[in-house]
Amino acid sequence: MSILSKKSKIVLTDPLMNNNPVTLQVLGICSALAVTVKVDTAIVMTVAVVFVLSMSNTIISLLRNLIPARVRIIVMLTIIASLVILTDQVLRAYMYDMSKQLSVFVGLIITNCIVMGRAEAFAMQNKPGKSFLDGLGNGLGYGIILIVVSIFREILGSGSLYGFQIIPSAFYEAGYVNNGLMVLSPGAFIILGLIIWAQRTITNVEED
Amino acid sequence: MQQSNTYTLLFTAIVTIILGFMLSLAATSLKEQQDLNVALDIKKNILRSLGFSESDDEPWTQQNIQDIFERNIESFVIDKNGNKVLDMSVDNIIQTDQYPVYCSHTSGGVIDGYAIPISGKGLWSTLYGYIALEADGITVKGITFYKHGETPGLGGEVEKEWFTSNFVGKRIVDDNGKLVSIEIIKGEVDERSPEAYHQVDGISGATMTSKGLNAFLKTDLEKYEPFFQQIRKEGNS
Repeated sequence: MSILSKKSKIVLTDPLMNNNPVTLQVLGICSALAVTVKVDTAIVMTVAVVFVLSMSNTIISLLRNLIPARVRIIVMLTIIASLVILTDQVLRAYMYDMSKQLSVFVGLIITNCIVMGRAEAFAMQNKPGKSFLDGLGNGLGYGIILIVVSIFREILGSGSLYGFQIIPSAFYEAGYVNNGLMVLSPGAFIILGLIIWAQRTITNVEED
Repeated sequence: MQQSNTYTLLFTAIVTIILGFMLSLAATSLKEQQDLNVALDIKKNILRSLGFSESDDEPWTQQNIQDIFERNIESFVIDKNGNKVLDMSVDNIIQTDQYPVYCSHTSGGVIDGYAIPISGKGLWSTLYGYIALEADGITVKGITFYKHGETPGLGGEVEKEWFTSNFVGKRIVDDNGKLVSIEIIKGEVDERSPEAYHQVDGISGATMTSKGLNAFLKTDLEKYEPFFQQIRKEGNS
């Protein structure tokens, strides 16, 4: 006996691996490059996206029979934008330094295709409960990739993990240097490409 | 299903009103905390421009930054002729020809740096920051930016250490004592050039931000020039 029915479980877990929004649908790449230099920013970004995505999916699903078809995209955007601004305001008030580091990228969650995509493709056709799980799943699926990319980038680019130095200073004395490429966006592209490759090999997907 | 125009208009109006109300409520209730954060961040930037940095024994937290600031920094107001305005605090400057100065001193009480606010247009936004000079009134001690809306990765790099550290040790006046300000050039500074003493490396892809920065650095330093001239004179005598 589980809390979730089998179908709901699939809605939640599918986007984590088999239908990951970043590695399979290749959405949300821009922010995946921008906020993954350090693990802590990636985690905060994940939390923000999970919040916005699950809330926007739930709200839009609740209103799905009321939203006039002709203006549905703009209504979705208004709801998403409000949630994003709310998130940004809370970060500014309680995590000021973090919000400075994330700069515009919190605001840019509005334009993250995953949020819009899930609203249009899922929340408009499904019940609120399921839509919430779908939002949660997709948010986490996005977040997992973000965090994995940031782990590689922080270790290789800065020699630390979550702010703690993990490459011993003896290495640096012996001539080891941090890989500067990993701090820049191209480094994220390379890591992301490798993850997509690995993930698609495991799940056995083929492009049509 | 095609709804009527009236329904569509009504629906969008209601959604807008509800969301608008929710956001203004959030913005107003969080404003106090946000303003406090900004004020503390400005203090951190003044400290940083004057060469202070966070250390393991004394990390900068919300609670102690005020304390650290008050212990190390003294502030006063000057007028456009560079004279101190007595009985005036930097927090209640209203006239546009009065400027704040923040100075740090050594443990012996000797002043070892002056920080002044700088601000002006970059490409997309107004940049705000502080530049600090050594006690000689000539050499740059540090520069920081705490607020801007430039593109991250391009103009936004102004706040990064690799860029700001280039300013340290540069001189704002030439050999004849004339103010030349600091110039951000395209590409890297040629150390053999006679102009290298007041030039810093540019940010590639951020020409317009650098141009704006050059312009307002000069204007702001000119405003303080009478004051720094007095400092230099005192130093020589």
